[in-house]
Amino acid sequence: MSLKILTRSGLRSHHLTTARIAPARRWSSSISQRPGSDSVRFPGAVNSKFTTQMSFLKASDLPAIPTYRVMDSDGEMVDKTRPAPDVTDEEVLTWYKNMLSVSVMDVVMFEAQRQGRLSFYMVSAGEEGITVGSAAALTQDDVVFAQYREAGVFQQRGFTLKNFMSQLFANCNDTGKGRNMPVHYGQNYPRMVSPSTHHYGTANEELEADKTTQHTISSPLATQIPQAAGAAYALKLQDLQNPNRDPRIVACYFGEGAASEGDFHAALNIAATRSCPVVFICRNNGYAISTPTLEQYRGDGIASRGVGYGIDTIRVDGNDVFAVNEAMKEARRLALSEGGKPVLIEAMSYRVSHHSTSDDSFAYRARVEVEDWKRRDNPIIRLRKWLENQGLWNEELEKTTRDEMRKAVLKEFGDAERQQKPSLKEAFADVYEEITEEQREQMAELKRILETYPDEYDLRPYKDGIKGLD
Amino acid sequence: MVLSRTTTRYLAQAPRRFYSGAPTPSAKLNLPIDYKTSPILNHTAASLSQTSQYPANATSKRLNLYQAINSALRTALSKSDRTIVFGEDVGFGGVFRCTMDLQSEFGGDRVFNTPLTEQGIAGFAIGAAAEGMKPIAEIQFADYVFPAFDQIVNEAAKFRYREGGTGINVGGLVFRMPCGAVGHGALYHSQSPESLFAHIPGLRVVMPRSPAQAKGLLLSSIFEHNDPVIFMEPKILYRAAVEYVPNEYYTIPLSKAEVLKPGKDLTIISYGQPLYNCSSAISAIEKTMPGVSVELIDLRTIYPWDRQTVIDSVKKTGRAIVVHESMINYGVGAEVASTIQESAFLRLEAPVKRVAGWSTHTGLTYEQFILPDVARIYDAIKQSLEY
Repeated sequence: MSLKILTRSGLRSHHLTTARIAPARRWSSSISQRPGSDSVRFPGAVNSKFTTQMSFLKASDLPAIPTYRVMDSDGEMVDKTRPAPDVTDEEVLTWYKNMLSVSVMDVVMFEAQRQGRLSFYMVSAGEEGITVGSAAALTQDDVVFAQYREAGVFQQRGFTLKNFMSQLFANCNDTGKGRNMPVHYGQNYPRMVSPSTHHYGTANEELEADKTTQHTISSPLATQIPQAAGAAYALKLQDLQNPNRDPRIVACYFGEGAASEGDFHAALNIAATRSCPVVFICRNNGYAISTPTLEQYRGDGIASRGVGYGIDTIRVDGNDVFAVNEAMKEARRLALSEGGKPVLIEAMSYRVSHHSTSDDSFAYRARVEVEDWKRRDNPIIRLRKWLENQGLWNEELEKTTRDEMRKAVLKEFGDAERQQKPSLKEAFADVYEEITEEQREQMAELKRILETYPDEYDLRPYKDGIKGLD
Repeated sequence: MVLSRTTTRYLAQAPRRFYSGAPTPSAKLNLPIDYKTSPILNHTAASLSQTSQYPANATSKRLNLYQAINSALRTALSKSDRTIVFGEDVGFGGVFRCTMDLQSEFGGDRVFNTPLTEQGIAGFAIGAAAEGMKPIAEIQFADYVFPAFDQIVNEAAKFRYREGGTGINVGGLVFRMPCGAVGHGALYHSQSPESLFAHIPGLRVVMPRSPAQAKGLLLSSIFEHNDPVIFMEPKILYRAAVEYVPNEYYTIPLSKAEVLKPGKDLTIISYGQPLYNCSSAISAIEKTMPGVSVELIDLRTIYPWDRQTVIDSVKKTGRAIVVHESMINYGVGAEVASTIQESAFLRLEAPVKRVAGWSTHTGLTYEQFILPDVARIYDAIKQSLEY
């Protein structure tokens, strides 16, 4: 089985742009209809043959887009004749541990929410392979826009348990300053300058370039998708202006439900027309809260839409971390080829979990369906089988690793829960670059209320107490 | 999910503190609202039938807000086969259970899930209304209505005006959406965007305070008016507010405010959930300042609004406070305060005050400090009376 990304290169090949910024053109200088021509020369469709057969394309007559797979559900290579995945044992073990760590954290935090220790949580059970496998193909310079079920991306890119817990408990170490609901992680790490990314631009630009960025999660669905296209365009221009640096892409995650939003369609089209180096990764997990895919769309998944927008597209088995990783590596390469272009990956999985802690999915799907998926196929179990087949893992390692992880999660959980909340001024700061005169007055008024009615408020959890409003 | 013993034991320890601002033990004003005793709700069938706005001699039962919405939708679906109900996750009953059992009762053609697209839902509803249906479209959270803003502002609101002589309108069209804070909804599960819609002529913007009000106002929106209605449901009340609700069809007029409690010294104008906070603040002030009485008005329809009831009240009391949850800047309070000073200036004994959300977003950890609470309303009453 070979990795084949659907492309429209046949249509494009002789129109490759010389200037990398100019949009790819679909027509040469003249679009006039030649007499006797057998194909369309309208500006809106080129190379379309005339036909005397009236036939409507029927989606149901077209073959479904195949699903790329490397490893089967027993952890064996599907195609024994192909080389093994191009990844070291050490890397695979890291992936496995990252998937496991997210899974262990999920179990603890789901239960913690049930006990009222935090207001909300979302697990990624069944989707750890997609997030970890794809993030592993990114460089630290690549930028991520995620939805809300991508803890694995954060984990793989260096987000620590302390980072996770600080956000979940909205404490003073949370980069989101205690403002966002749990699981709305964000990251913009300064990090070591890698050998390939030194000496360019001003000090300021250098600072920007040396961060690993995952933009903070926003709850509204699909809003990040067109933003990812714009961000990718920004990276493309900046990287052209700094030819010494390694080119970067944007990776954008979303679910199949979000792909029904107008923003998804706008994003793919604008990314295609502006040739943006962005990889769109759709996690198709079968459910948008209660709505099954049958009521979400009638076409061939999300992948078929990519083709419609002229975007190179592949569908992969999301429970197969190798397939995801290989597809992402190739997608990244494609996104940076030909002056930049978007790529769409549709990664198939099953949402084993409830949508969130606010949801009871057994109100709309059978428990047996979920149990069946849990048992039959699961990205973690599949990779574990592969590792065991290679002699890299065993029951003993599994047990000690899980125990260590659980202890680590609980330690950070306890530490984060005990931390103070950020200062009260953070309620007003960052709306504007500077707190406005009107807000200052409101802060003073709030302070007066807190001082006049001290029995009505508990300020002890907040850093600096009432002084936080000064 | 199976938890290890250690995990269970660890989690079983009492947390050092809970995630959201639990009331301090010393609080006397900022106590959790006791919906079981609040005078805002009809706690007996008798108190319901004493109110002239509800049908006389009606049978009734105790319902919470989501059940009352469900009852209104069931009534509407039974009354007219032009009624259709749809939105994200509506089929299984909706994430707040407002559409529970409606699909099995009325069939999937009239009660159905849509794909996840608010602009699609809004446009679809407008088109259906333009062709004579009565679409009741659910937007899952008011925070998620913005992709539909173009359809609502540029299409629904302008439909009749644009069509002019054709006479076509989108009457019967209702956009339902849960709104308001619950204490841990943060930036995107807390908003109350009523003022954004109230700025647009052509839309009726309604926010009920209770289950019985919700049913009457919703049925009125569907059957008694030929204007598109933005129907905002304070989601904190879905389960919390329980009262007697008539079983049968009844309507409560739109654009008509209601004096919930008469008073002579000051008028509070509010709507939705903050009415309960206002009611608590009024009880507290009337205890600490004997002889003082405060009038409480529920706007019910935020636009076009019942100016006369408000003006008449302030002319009588000479003092006014407007209370709402959404941000103070360019909010409903600004419109109401300005109308009061234009129409009752010479009767005012104090500046009209506004108690509302501060000019910021609803940051998770800070919600209790950002949104108006009983203490702030109490303080505003005191300041106004002592001005």
